[in-house]
Amino acid sequence: MDLLHNLGIGFGVAFTYTNLLYAFFGCVLGTLIGVLPGIGPVATIAMLLPSTYALDATPALIMLAGIYYGAQYGGSTTAILINVPGESSSVVTAIDGYQMARQGRAGAALAAAGLGSFFAGCVGTIIIAAFAPPLTELAFKFGPAEYFSLMVLGLIGAVVLASGSLLKAIAMIILGLLLAQINTDVISGTARYSFDIPQLTDGIGFVVIAMGVFGFGEIIANLGQPPEHREVFTKKVKGLWPTRRDFMEAWPSVLRGTALGSVLGVLPGGGALLAAFAAYTVEKKLVRNPRIPFGKGAIQGVAGPESANNAGAQTSFIPMLTLGIPPNAVMALMVGAMTIKGIQPGPQVMTSNPQLFWGLIASMWLGNLMLVILNLPLIGIWIKLLTVPYRFLFPAITLFCCIGVYSLNNSNFDVYMTAIFALVGYLFYKLSVEPAPLLLGFILGPMMEENLRRALLLSRGDWSTFVTRPLSSGLLIAAALLIVIVSLPSIKKKREVAFHDAD
Amino acid sequence: MRIKSERDFWAGLMFIAVGVIFAIGATNYSMGPACPPTDHCAANLWARLSQLSAHPGAGYFPLGLSIILAVLGAVVLFKALTIETEGGDKVGSFAWRPLVIIIVAISVFGVMLEPVGLIITVPVLILIASLAGDEFHWKGVLAAAVVLTIGSWAIFVWGLKLTIPVWPWFAR
Repeated sequence: MDLLHNLGIGFGVAFTYTNLLYAFFGCVLGTLIGVLPGIGPVATIAMLLPSTYALDATPALIMLAGIYYGAQYGGSTTAILINVPGESSSVVTAIDGYQMARQGRAGAALAAAGLGSFFAGCVGTIIIAAFAPPLTELAFKFGPAEYFSLMVLGLIGAVVLASGSLLKAIAMIILGLLLAQINTDVISGTARYSFDIPQLTDGIGFVVIAMGVFGFGEIIANLGQPPEHREVFTKKVKGLWPTRRDFMEAWPSVLRGTALGSVLGVLPGGGALLAAFAAYTVEKKLVRNPRIPFGKGAIQGVAGPESANNAGAQTSFIPMLTLGIPPNAVMALMVGAMTIKGIQPGPQVMTSNPQLFWGLIASMWLGNLMLVILNLPLIGIWIKLLTVPYRFLFPAITLFCCIGVYSLNNSNFDVYMTAIFALVGYLFYKLSVEPAPLLLGFILGPMMEENLRRALLLSRGDWSTFVTRPLSSGLLIAAALLIVIVSLPSIKKKREVAFHDAD
Repeated sequence: MRIKSERDFWAGLMFIAVGVIFAIGATNYSMGPACPPTDHCAANLWARLSQLSAHPGAGYFPLGLSIILAVLGAVVLFKALTIETEGGDKVGSFAWRPLVIIIVAISVFGVMLEPVGLIITVPVLILIASLAGDEFHWKGVLAAAVVLTIGSWAIFVWGLKLTIPVWPWFAR
């Protein structure tokens, strides 16, 4: 069967010595940054992008992917042990997980999270392998109008499923799209908004923006807050295995969470965070009389969201790998990495670079395995790291970001631009506007413009082409529906409640 | 007219300002040929618009985007002036010290790296950046500087083979 053959190619690639090494390195690094609050996968992947120059495409992507889901695992560890979610998607895990830890059941919580995530990761990998080829077939039917509408749907989806003010988030997307207009127009060759500065004619690098806004902006914001005191459970995490009863209670949640996460991860804007929230809500609705109520240490509240966020993280690779459309900021950086290596992300990657494609998928499964092995025994070590005082951590992060930005083009200009974006990032934080939609808009900007102009060229200026072509109009209608649904007062309340619960 | 939400007020203002600036800039670039060379100019406005869109120029997309951004900014501003929020949604105080120090640190890095190399720039960066924290103890900062200099050389220059100047110009 084709599926097995493809997976065979994949495992052949993934099991080579170098790729195993890079996968392992990615997982370790990912877990590390997942454990450390204040630095996330976006900033780390952005920092490591320059190093992918020295590597081949396949090991580079394997490593970056390892960082991504490694961060999911790491984030859950700190969420459970000290109520500090290292990753945004671990926020839900902290609700019940921390309560379990306070009751001395940290081991059961960690195991539920780890094993649930592993199961979800396996299922996610199979889904990617199974669904990627048919999705790619579909992608070939897409013309410029369809691509444009798909990107609109993707951007809108990313915004409505996120937290915070919808209006401001859409404005941030537009701002990101606009910032991407500082470049040389592909079709006419005019240099736009470059103010006669030669470095600007190629546009602002997205790593520059990512590091400035996410990396430095976050550091400044953290430093601006008074130091808090946290209760740390570094005393022995004994009793690692959950009891029989815990198993019985948790496994239906794992199944539900995996299913939910697999579906939601594919949607643009979905991915891990939304999947985790949705799973928690579903568990609350379906498990009527849990032995321990939700919010007080119910294992279902840990197992469900953890499986969902891992399944979502895996399946969020699908739109990126098959259509070349990144559904979230991390995938956007992966697209960037592929472009750096000269690979055009899109449906043709599967046929032109099968080793890369299937190797990446196979190594995801491997990565999950490595992570379970890494995390369960090594929890004590990760926690020790949290005791590193922030005053040593943040200069180190600042340093790595500076070196990373510089090494992109060996350019001081980029470093100065990052300083400007650090200011901008802090401003965004103060005005409570979300920076992630900006990054998404920025990365998709050139593609959207190109497709828009091509579509208009083909239709001779007729804007109705976007609604008369069936696929395109379907996508646009879906985008409009999303906005309408989220604006409805009832859903708005539920959204706020869901995010409020996690506060 | 009171400001009901301070954050939204300034955010709306920011969006409007950026939108206007980009819009003014966009008018410098061609929107595309006003009337296509092979056709005569259409009579009514809608058809003119359609003809304009047939061959979008460099300024087309940015102008459209900046107009949308300015409009969205105006809506956010309007909501900030009319819709009640708890406690006025204040922006709060600015963390001036960390802000300035970090920005200075990054800029110093940019200035110093090429002339004097990693070996001097890294300790300087750590020194400046550490000033932004709550506590500053010389021993810790110096130790961190040494560790990070060696560490970043090991990871970036030796490990990842990036071309970053390590030594100052007189020692190369």
